[in-house]
Amino acid sequence: MSFIDTLLQGVLLGGLYALFAAGLSLVFGIMRLVNLAHGDLIVLAAFLILLIVSTFGLDPFLAAVIAAPMMFGIGWLLQYHLLNRTLGKDILPPLLVTFGLSIVIQNGLLEGFTADSRRISAGALETASVNFGGISAGVMPLVTFASAVLVIVALNQLIYRTALGRAFRATSDDVVTASLMGIRPNAIFAIATGLAMMIVTVAALYLGTRANFDPTAGPARLIYAFEAVIIGGLGSLWGTLAGGIILGVAQTVGAAINPEWQILSGHIAFLLVLLFRPRGLFPRAVD
Amino acid sequence: MPSLIETRSLTAFYGDLQAVFGVDIRLDAGETIAVIGANGAGKSTLMRSIAGVIANRPEMILHRGEPIGALAAPDVVRRGIALVPEGRKLFPSLTVEENLQVGAYGRKVEGPWTLESIYGLFPILKERRRNPATALSGGQQQMVAIGRALMSNPEILLCDELSLGLAPVIIKDIYAAFSKIRATGAAIVIVEQDIAQALKVADRVYCMMEGRITLSGRPAELDRADIHAAYFGAETHELH
Repeated sequence: MSFIDTLLQGVLLGGLYALFAAGLSLVFGIMRLVNLAHGDLIVLAAFLILLIVSTFGLDPFLAAVIAAPMMFGIGWLLQYHLLNRTLGKDILPPLLVTFGLSIVIQNGLLEGFTADSRRISAGALETASVNFGGISAGVMPLVTFASAVLVIVALNQLIYRTALGRAFRATSDDVVTASLMGIRPNAIFAIATGLAMMIVTVAALYLGTRANFDPTAGPARLIYAFEAVIIGGLGSLWGTLAGGIILGVAQTVGAAINPEWQILSGHIAFLLVLLFRPRGLFPRAVD
Repeated sequence: MPSLIETRSLTAFYGDLQAVFGVDIRLDAGETIAVIGANGAGKSTLMRSIAGVIANRPEMILHRGEPIGALAAPDVVRRGIALVPEGRKLFPSLTVEENLQVGAYGRKVEGPWTLESIYGLFPILKERRRNPATALSGGQQQMVAIGRALMSNPEILLCDELSLGLAPVIIKDIYAAFSKIRATGAAIVIVEQDIAQALKVADRVYCMMEGRITLSGRPAELDRADIHAAYFGAETHELH
């Protein structure tokens, strides 16, 4: 029973990692941009939610609803005015600029919020649980997992069922030909990053209510996000969810054996996938 | 009344190389013109300049008398100028139908061309509409590329090397669609290496060589030997 329990906790934790990763995956899929500041943007969004919660005394879920469009705006401006300038044949400029951005965000947050670790309180929900025939699962982890599935369903609908989604895919295929269709690639990229930042807000909500965070917590989230994307295979959002779950299960199983092995076993699972399936489990992107 | 499209001493570069040296062409409403020339004559660079893929000085290209030389491609499409690019350039991530739909992304206007009427023009595409566009044969892919450009209901359709890499019988099928496209009133520019095909469909022909217009006129008025000389730069005695 306790093994099934561990497995369930791992799967649910995977939902959080999938949320970390979905925005990264979206941005990479559309513009081949590796955003090294992704983790820091998650932490930034967590501080934004915290700020709204503490200033207006709002429920964190409501605060996230308010923060999401603000994060969309931040993402849009960031992409349109900064990151678009780094895109091109050379893959180095976006890496350098987002690495720098990561440092800027961390230091900005340190200035604004000090180095103290913070937490977003979700009230009674934090300790609420449901029982499935002897196994209990926390309500928050369940809600997190459900949110991850919902986000991925919604993203897939957007990408495969709407005109905007067609424009995303066309631009990802061929920027010049897309512009011949009247698509403005810079605007498409800005919208994509804006959307990624809305997903980041969802991830931040569950990050901040689950555990403590501080201004330097970003890079570790980035690693989990990367690992989930790579395990799942580039370009597949369901693969990203699977990647998150594998990572989450590996960590909780590792922790059950020995608490010191939690982080390590996640990385080992990642390395094993790289070793045997270097393109990930469900690769979609050709390049 | 100003021409639909007019280029004035257009110069353009292909990468660092100058590919077009002072080209003047004109396209009037409802007309079909052909630009012929050998590989590297500058035909595609000319098309890409008009379509806004290559930026030029504003007054080098006029649309209804207004300078558009410096406009980017998305703004050129919105003015009703659509390009069928050389090599078709379909989007591999999109199905046939999605490729057609994305053609109307930047310019949604009422007009003769809808998904239904494109399927009427090329019935085979309707059967294959759920297939990935790149799973189609070369000729079918060219039909998708033409349909995609038509979806913006352009006033001006620029077609770059439609027959490239296609079998003659398929080229015939594709050009058969042109009478229907012309009947909607669209003006058409055809870039071709196939001289006979160009002379058959065009009201007027420009011949390019090494980035310059070497000959122009109505097909009936042009002498084969002159075309040959303008196309290859060859002496007439080489012609048989």
